[in-house]
Amino acid sequence: MISQLTGTERIVAAFTFLILICFGVAMAAAGRGDLIGTHGWIIALSAVAGVIALLRAYGAPEPSPARLSEYYDDPSKVGIVLTLIWGVVGMLVGVWVAALLAWPELTVDAEWASFGRLRPVHTSGVIFGFGGNALIATSLHVLQRTTRARLPDQFSPWFVLFGYNLFCVLAASGYLMGVSQSKEYAEPEWYADIWLVIVWVVYFSIYIRTLMRRKEPHIYVANWYYMAFILVVALLHIVNNLAVPVSLGHAKSYSLFSGVQDAMTQWWYGHNAVAFFLTAGFLGMMYYYLPKRAGRPIYSYRTSIISFWGITFMYMWAGSHHLHYTALPHWVQTLGMAFSVVLLVPSWASAGNALLTLNGAWHKVRDDAVLRFMMLAAIFYGLSTFEGSFMAIRAVNSLSHYTDWTVGHVHAGALGWVAMITYGSLYALTPWLWKRPALYSPKLVEWHFWLALSGTVVYVFAMWNSGVIQGLMWRTYNDSGTLNYSFVDSLVAMHPYYIARAFGGLLFLAGAVLALYNIWMTIRIPVPVAAESASDIPMALQPATLTAQAGE
Amino acid sequence: MFNLHYRLERSAIGFVLAIIGVASIGGLIEIAPLFTIDETVEKAPDMRVYTPLEVAGRNIYMREGCYACHSQMIRTLRDEVERYGPYSLAVESKYDHPMLWGSKRTGPDLARVGGKYSNDWHVAHLTNPRDVVAESNMPAYRWLSSKQLKTGDLGEHLAALRAVGVPYTDEMVSNASSDAIGQANPDTDLAAGVTTRYGDKTDVSLFDGNQGAVTEMDALVAYLQILGHLTDAAHQSTQNEVE
Amino acid sequence: MTIDHEMLTGFSKSFGLFYLIAMSIGVLVYAYWPSNKEQFAQAAAAVVSDEEDRPCQ
Repeated sequence: MISQLTGTERIVAAFTFLILICFGVAMAAAGRGDLIGTHGWIIALSAVAGVIALLRAYGAPEPSPARLSEYYDDPSKVGIVLTLIWGVVGMLVGVWVAALLAWPELTVDAEWASFGRLRPVHTSGVIFGFGGNALIATSLHVLQRTTRARLPDQFSPWFVLFGYNLFCVLAASGYLMGVSQSKEYAEPEWYADIWLVIVWVVYFSIYIRTLMRRKEPHIYVANWYYMAFILVVALLHIVNNLAVPVSLGHAKSYSLFSGVQDAMTQWWYGHNAVAFFLTAGFLGMMYYYLPKRAGRPIYSYRTSIISFWGITFMYMWAGSHHLHYTALPHWVQTLGMAFSVVLLVPSWASAGNALLTLNGAWHKVRDDAVLRFMMLAAIFYGLSTFEGSFMAIRAVNSLSHYTDWTVGHVHAGALGWVAMITYGSLYALTPWLWKRPALYSPKLVEWHFWLALSGTVVYVFAMWNSGVIQGLMWRTYNDSGTLNYSFVDSLVAMHPYYIARAFGGLLFLAGAVLALYNIWMTIRIPVPVAAESASDIPMALQPATLTAQAGE
Repeated sequence: MFNLHYRLERSAIGFVLAIIGVASIGGLIEIAPLFTIDETVEKAPDMRVYTPLEVAGRNIYMREGCYACHSQMIRTLRDEVERYGPYSLAVESKYDHPMLWGSKRTGPDLARVGGKYSNDWHVAHLTNPRDVVAESNMPAYRWLSSKQLKTGDLGEHLAALRAVGVPYTDEMVSNASSDAIGQANPDTDLAAGVTTRYGDKTDVSLFDGNQGAVTEMDALVAYLQILGHLTDAAHQSTQNEVE
Repeated sequence: MTIDHEMLTGFSKSFGLFYLIAMSIGVLVYAYWPSNKEQFAQAAAAVVSDEEDRPCQ
C-alpha cells in the first residue's frame, strides 16, 4: 500500500509516524507505573510498524497518473477484512460474557477475564470495531461511486482506517487492563478520545473534499446519512467526553459533568450514538447497496429525504427516555418520550421505503440470500424502532427499564438491523471490489442467513421473556401488601433464559465465522482467466458480472 | 424556500452546517436548562464529599465495570422505594464525576447499600459471591484483598475533582494519601485527621479486616459503605410522589 | 435580563415547537417542490445504472 502513495504523501506519512512515535514515547515516559504508559508503547510501536513499512517501500516508483482514472478502493478492501475480524472477535467475547451470566465461574481467575472488563470489549468490539470499520469501508466506496470522483488523496484514507483501528485497540486493551471512564458506550479514556477526534477530522475532510469535487450535481441521499453520521458522532463524542485528566501521566480522568447533568449528557450521547452511528450510518449503507443489489432505484427518493431530516432532528431530543422516573426533571422526561414516539414516523418511512423498493423483485429476494439479508435488516429496523418508541413511553418503561428487555431491544437492532445490513452489503461489495464473478460459496451465505436469523430470534425472545418476567417479579405484591419476591428469586428465574441467550449468540457467532471464511476465500481464489486479461476494465462493463450481480 | 434549499444542497459546506444546526439544537435546548438546575434542586447542607479512600474505591467500581449490572438510581416507583429505600434525589449525585446511575439491574440497585451489610459480609461477598448468596451470578473479585491500593497520587485525583467542581479544601488535597491510609487503619495517628476533615460520621474501619497495608478491597468496601450516606436529604424529603 | 432556569426552560418549551414546525414545513416544501422531481429521479436512477465503474474525467 505504501507504493501507492506519491512522494509527498510518503513524506507526510513519515512525519505522521514520527510525531506519533514522539507522543507514544512521551506517554510511556510520563506514565511510568500507570496504564497510560503501556498505551504509550502501543502507540509508539504501531507507528514504528508504519515506519518499517515505509522504509521497506523506499525507492519504490511513484504511482502512475493512470491511477486517477480509477477509484481508490484499497482502503475499503482492508476495511472489509477488518470489519469481519472485529465482528468475530466482538461476538466471541459477547458469547463468553453471555455464558458468564449463566455460569459465572466459566472464566480464568484473572483480573482481565472478569465479566465487568470483558463486557465493554464486547460492546466496543461490535459497535466500534465491527460497525465502525464497516461504515468507514462502505462510506469510502459509496462516496466515490455516487460523486463519480476519486478520493482526494491516497494517504488520508489509510490514516483514517488504521488510526481508527488503533483507537479500537486502545479501547479494548484498556478495558482488559482496567482503563475505563465508565461512561456507557464511551468507556475509552481521554487520550484515546482525543486521538479519535483527530482521526474523525481527517475522515470528515476526506468526505467534504470529495463532495466538493463531485461530478454529479446532486448529492445522493446515502451520503447525507454518512455525513450526518460523521458530523453528529463528532459532536456527541466531544461533548460527552469532556473531562479533566488527573495528570498527563495518568490514564484516569474525571468527567466535567456530574450527577443529573452528566446523566442527561451521557444519554444524549448514548441514544444518539444509536441514532447516528448505528442508524444513520447504516441507513446510508442501505440506501446505496439495497437498490444496487436489487437493480431497482429506491422506491421514494422524497421519503428518504423527509425521513433523513426527521431522524436528524428528532433523535436529538429522545435521549431522556433512558431516565424516566429518575431525578431528571419531569418536563425533560416528557419531552424525550414525546419525540421518541414521533420518531416512529421517519423510522418506519425508511423501513417501508426499503421494503417497497424490493416490491416487484421478490423473486430475487427468494433466490439471493445477499438481498435477503438486506430485506431482513429492513424488517428488523422497523421492528426495533417500533419497540424503541414503545419502550420510551413512561408507563412501559417503568416495567422494561433496568431489565433484560432493554438488552433484547438493543440486540434486535444490533443483530437484526446493523449486522444484517452490514453482512448483506459486504457480500454484495466483495465481488465488485475484488472483481470476482461471484462469492466463493453462495451456499455458505444461505447457511449464514439462517444461522443469523435463528440466532437473533432465539436471543431476542429469550431476552423478552426474561425482561418481562424480571420486571413483573420486581413489582409483584402478595396478599399482605409486601413485595412477593426477593431480588435473588428473580435472578434464579433468569437462569434458563441466560442459557438460551448464550445459545442464540453462539448461532449468530457461527454465522459470522462463516462470513469471514467465505469472504476470505472469495478474495483468495484466483481471478478467472477471462476476467484477468481484462482486469483493467471495470467489471460493470462485462456482461458476465451483470448476471452475477442480478442473482447468484 | 426552494432557492435556499437548492443552493444549500448544492453546496456541500452549507449542507454540513444544516446538519449540525438541525442536530445540535435539540440537544442544546434539552441540556442547557439543566445547567441552571441548581436553582431548583433540593438543598443538602449536610452533604460531604467523598474521602480519598472512597474516591479510590469508586474508581475501582468503575474500572471493574460494576455499573454494567448495578444501578445507583432508585426510581419514584412504589416497589422500588419499598425494595431499596427512599428514591434518589438529584442532589445525591452532585459530586459524582461521572454519575453511575446505570441502566441495567443484573444485580440489585446499590444507591442505598451503604450500611446495609457489614464490612465482613462485603469482603466475603466480593471474594466469592456464591459463598454468601448461593444463587448469585456475580463475578468473584479474589484479587482485591491482595492488591495494594495506590495511595501516593490521591492528592492529584482530588485536585482534578476540585477542578471539575467538587469543593475539596487545600488541606484535603495535601493530606489525601495519609487520609486514605488513616481511614482504613482506625487505631493509628492518621485516623484522627480523616474525621477532622470529613466529619465525625465518617466511617473509619478495618474495611478488609486487616490492619496495615491499604488494599483495593479496603477502598471498594469503603465506597460501598458510603453509598446513600453522603447526605440524609432523601430521608428527610417528603417522598410522597411515588407512582 | 438574567438567564435563569425558568427562562431557559420556557424558551426550550416554546421555541422548540416553532423550530420543529418550521423545519418540517421546510423539508416538505423542498421534497415536493415540482422542479426538484427530475433531479431526485435522476439521482435515484444513477445508483443502479450500469455506467462504467470509474471516476468521471
